[in-house]
Amino acid sequence: MIAAGPEATSKRRPSKINVRVLRQDGPGLPPYWERHQVEYEPDMNVISVLQKIAAQARTSEGNAVAPVAWDCGCLEEVCGSCTMVINGRVRQSCSALVDRLLEDHPEEIELRPMTKFPVIRDLMVDRSRLFHSLKRVKAWVPVDGYFDMGAGPRISRDEQEQNYPLSQCMSCGCCLEACPQFNKVELQRNPGESDEEFAARKEAAYSVEFVGPHAISQAVLFNSHPVGKNLERERMEALTSSGGVQACGNAQNCVAVCPKEIPLTTSIARAGRAATVYAFKKLFDR
Amino acid sequence: MAKNRVLVVGGGLAGLSATMKLAELGIPVDLVSLTPVKRSHSVCAQGGINSVNDLTRQQGDDEWKHFDDTIYGGDFLQNQPPVKEMAYWAPKVIDLMDRLGVTFNRTPEGFIDRRRFGGTLYKRTAFAGATTGQQLLYALDEQVRRHEAAGLVKKYEFWDFLGPVLDDTGRCVGAVAQDMVSMEIRSFPADAVVVATGGCGLVYGRSTMSVFCTGSAASRCFQAGAKYANGEFIQVHPTAIPGADKLRLMSESARGEGGRVWVPRKPNDPRAPKDIPESERYYFLEERFPKYGNLVPRDIATREIFNICVNEGLSVDPTRMCVYLDLTHIPRAELDRKLGGILEIYEKFQGVDPRDEPMKIFPAVHYSMGGLWVDYEANGEGGLLPGSPRNQSTNIPGLYAIGECDYQYHGANRLGANSLLSCIFSGLFVGPGIVNWIQANKASADLPKSVFERAVSAQEARHKQLLSNRGGEGENPYLLHQELGDIMTRAATVVRYNNQLTDALAKVADMAERGKRCSLADSGNWTNQNVIFTKALQDMFPIAQCILEGALKRDESRGAHYKPDFSMPSLTSTDPAERRREAEQWCDAFDENTNKYLKTSVCSWQGDAPELEYEDVDTRLLAPRPRLYGLVGAEVIEQVWKERSETRSGQNSEKKLVGSAH
Repeated sequence: MIAAGPEATSKRRPSKINVRVLRQDGPGLPPYWERHQVEYEPDMNVISVLQKIAAQARTSEGNAVAPVAWDCGCLEEVCGSCTMVINGRVRQSCSALVDRLLEDHPEEIELRPMTKFPVIRDLMVDRSRLFHSLKRVKAWVPVDGYFDMGAGPRISRDEQEQNYPLSQCMSCGCCLEACPQFNKVELQRNPGESDEEFAARKEAAYSVEFVGPHAISQAVLFNSHPVGKNLERERMEALTSSGGVQACGNAQNCVAVCPKEIPLTTSIARAGRAATVYAFKKLFDR
Repeated sequence: MAKNRVLVVGGGLAGLSATMKLAELGIPVDLVSLTPVKRSHSVCAQGGINSVNDLTRQQGDDEWKHFDDTIYGGDFLQNQPPVKEMAYWAPKVIDLMDRLGVTFNRTPEGFIDRRRFGGTLYKRTAFAGATTGQQLLYALDEQVRRHEAAGLVKKYEFWDFLGPVLDDTGRCVGAVAQDMVSMEIRSFPADAVVVATGGCGLVYGRSTMSVFCTGSAASRCFQAGAKYANGEFIQVHPTAIPGADKLRLMSESARGEGGRVWVPRKPNDPRAPKDIPESERYYFLEERFPKYGNLVPRDIATREIFNICVNEGLSVDPTRMCVYLDLTHIPRAELDRKLGGILEIYEKFQGVDPRDEPMKIFPAVHYSMGGLWVDYEANGEGGLLPGSPRNQSTNIPGLYAIGECDYQYHGANRLGANSLLSCIFSGLFVGPGIVNWIQANKASADLPKSVFERAVSAQEARHKQLLSNRGGEGENPYLLHQELGDIMTRAATVVRYNNQLTDALAKVADMAERGKRCSLADSGNWTNQNVIFTKALQDMFPIAQCILEGALKRDESRGAHYKPDFSMPSLTSTDPAERRREAEQWCDAFDENTNKYLKTSVCSWQGDAPELEYEDVDTRLLAPRPRLYGLVGAEVIEQVWKERSETRSGQNSEKKLVGSAH
């Protein structure tokens, strides 16, 4: 760009940064630790550290290695791509500032992939299950179509202010990594199995496991929309069946790690109450 | 006969709206994207989306004025029918997004709230906090997921588009793409391919764009024969937060909500901003542009901020260039409600609360007005003919381009909050035209397999060749990318000089050669990001060459393209008669320049360099007029111009300006 980078906020300026990365060459292969060392620069984040590691492609011992694979996108914490476990904490790597990390752990920065999703390679994991959960709870407004039908329903400012935080969920998966009730589902492809067959088998496996706080919160969001509400029964059916809201153990880890500070436990409580009402109604309507 | 399919490449606002519209029309869609579509770069758009609305209408606004502002803001470089159509669709687009559940901010009575953006005097901009792009994208993502669940859309996420497949007649009949996990390369037969792959900010190294905005998809179409237009028009956003890995956008909405840009009047004033009294602050945009103040169009705000730091030496920080963007006079609750998202970004990445302390900002590469050349078909009113297969079509039949990767809507400079509109509009509008295209043509699935096999083996050969370049001898793709970014940033951003552009062209041509000799640190065939990046880098060079070539040949200043050596001068005389004479001369010079340079620059690829030609701009609805924001003597020039255009319109009043575009 045009300007030089801004001044470092921290006074400490080491010349090198030590990084320890938990690598894995592919699904089902054993993970291993690898050390890297990169030049310190003011205002670095974990993304710029990984960029340097990719460019030098050498360990601290000087061995030539393939660049560490990781996922990133916007680099400003709105796309949800770059989730990983940094110094033991799940978070976005773009907003993990090196100066802050070094204040807590001056010796090194430790990078690991998320543990609740199958590793594809190194720090990249397969989070397709997270999006599958959004299908389970039908997280959309069932409009008639996309022709011009005039404005949408009037929404009060209060409603907007309640719903906007929920709609900021960027599907990063931090809440799922922290949730004790959300467990890893990792399937291996069977010999001779086609892409479609393998995908179908994975979806079937996901469908009976816990949907996760992010999806419950989306169900609450769409149930509170004047038209979204038309699918309320179907969403409640999903939330009251296997892997629904009753699977939540109320550990409250999700809300503690959410980078967008979404009130996930409030959503879960609302969904829990609605589920109780729904179950009673269903019982008496029979 | 096999069932028709369409392939959409890119899942941002444009790609998703096209996908959802095609699905509504019953067409199955394969959606290919480098990233899960919900993570596309559209999430970064902050400020809002423009349309005339019930309130501004009663203040005298209408669709025509939105159209006029967009053309004037873009310095008349757009073909006018598509822009007119977009402005007239704008209120309908916002209504649709409202119905899809977008959490737009509301007035106390429950109507959609609006804010003012640059280049207009009306509050046209609907917004959802300061994350409007994210909210719009999610609404479209949800609809596409709905069609995916119903089986009409199949997503291929983490797939890299490698190029279109053309049959023997030159028609696009599908594409080749690569799975970025398994590295499998395969073809996707399709009856039309829609490229919606966004901008090319990474050509500049660091920009406000996401890491996948390399321009490589557009470049692959370009190298396959599609034309690339107005590449030299790159928007440098006036306000960004400099960073080591990326330059983070600070939305124009910060100024729309009352943010003020200033520097201390005294150079190198060591005092904290709060300790500097009003009288010693230089609100340079407000002083120089009393009508628009902090909301002048982006190209102008960018040049002023650049100038005040570089030439006037008034940067607020001695170690780097930046100015203050000050929101501290606005109540915290209001800031949180309307700008929460972007203020958090500043706080998170800079460690300073912008509600207490003015932000430090500087311009950054932000948007590409240029892109793949696309056609249109006008209707009798000077808008677009709905359903015409020509709308949004590149010069390769069957290959369409929409969103930021086309060149249609923003001319020489884009107005804030018009990009989200152009993306969704072009996505929705292209659908019916594609349906008509498909019905008139033979299905691609009925073509001989060899057409696709040929295309796949060409890509496999390229891939294998790159993987075999192992070892430390060759170029390092990441370092080469940094070098490219430095050259482009220096030569082709805010201020441009021909000697620098000539120099940069030679360097980039040389780097393109060096790019062929990249050696990879990873030669494996599993999730190899090294090889994917290297391909993208190699494909950045043709786009960089289009940008430089277009900038070099265009000896004028227009919108974002600014050449001091060829700019129209301010008036200098103070004597009224002399000033009038100068204004007459100024208008003559303006006319002459319009005749010479009011042209679209159109590049076609010649194997190692672009060839540039000029094409006339369709100005059937609005005659070009001088863009005079802040020029000394503007009022005299305006007077002379007014008199002249009255004479001209008298002469032309019998001419009816209707008909097809080309």
